[in-house]
Amino acid sequence: MTTVRIPPTLRAETGGERQVPAAGDTVRELLDDLMSRFPGLRTQLVEDEELATFVNVYVGGEDVRMLAGLDTPVEHGSTVILLPAMAGGV
Amino acid sequence: MATATAPLATQLEELSSDEILRYSRHLILPEVALEGQQRLKASRVLLIGAGGLGSPLALYLAAAGVGTIGLVDFDVVDVTNLQRQIVHGSKDVGRPKLESARDRLKDLNPHVHVEGFETRLTSENALEIMRDYDIVIDGTDNFATRYLTNDACVLLGKPNVYGSIYRFEGQSSVFATEDGPCYRCLYPEPPPPGLVPSCAEGGVLGVLPGIIGSLQANEALKLALGIGESLSGRLLLFDALSTEFSEVTLRRDPNCPVCGDAPTITEYIDYVEFCSGRPTPA
Repeated sequence: MTTVRIPPTLRAETGGERQVPAAGDTVRELLDDLMSRFPGLRTQLVEDEELATFVNVYVGGEDVRMLAGLDTPVEHGSTVILLPAMAGGV
Repeated sequence: MATATAPLATQLEELSSDEILRYSRHLILPEVALEGQQRLKASRVLLIGAGGLGSPLALYLAAAGVGTIGLVDFDVVDVTNLQRQIVHGSKDVGRPKLESARDRLKDLNPHVHVEGFETRLTSENALEIMRDYDIVIDGTDNFATRYLTNDACVLLGKPNVYGSIYRFEGQSSVFATEDGPCYRCLYPEPPPPGLVPSCAEGGVLGVLPGIIGSLQANEALKLALGIGESLSGRLLLFDALSTEFSEVTLRRDPNCPVCGDAPTITEYIDYVEFCSGRPTPA
């Protein structure tokens, strides 16, 4: 199992959970598992079967776009961070 | 890293005896010392937004002796601001934030020159407002101004000290340094409108802008002094509920539309339109 950190803007879709376990050997499998259990996440993460441009996914602190994208392997026990853009400042 | 943004030591203005006393805890730091303090006095820092992030930023930069602080804000102080916007007080409710902040900063440090721009930052005025500053600090609350601030910093070659907050979490980085990534390397496009709620809708813990704004002040002071290692290339994430910091690596994207090797954005665009979710002409 991998721990996925859910950003505050997406927690309404995960019942308020700040991190959730997910299964999969790649980022794609991990997100598929996540979105099958929390269907509301799909529109927030995916556009045309690709990762939405306003969301970043980090594995081991590295942006998966700089690795192998959705095919980036995920080691069991690692932490994956989902990070959509946020704008608040005042 | 770090070439200081201020002029050469020989061109720096002397400090008065009052300033030497005031800044004595800086002057005994070998990394700052007299020349560093003179660099701070010569430095010009622009704050976009005098609200949650802008409050601790303005206070700490003024206290530290940054010579010129520019403030861009067009709002008036509202009583709901006072839970976190500590540069303003109860007596200031109803006053323009610029006036309120200027009074507080001049009281904190009369040696600081405060320049106010009572306007929204727009594609039309960004160059005029930002041109004479060394460092720009993004403390805004909307995507349109964030993308505008980013693009303007890249086009003008000025570092952009970024911070953002929501509920119990915040993030900070430094964008648009000479070799570092910019905000568009991180997020080429904003999310569709309505997908990401604002602090007004989602709430924010009052101390959170204090923490993130202070981190931004730290980055700005290091840039002005030319010391330490900046957050360029790193996005720092803070979770107030678990009191945890984490960071992810940011890299300059060679395909970035504004700072990449073949940029497609070479002048200011219509940022309100860009962030409206409607397709923009290329």
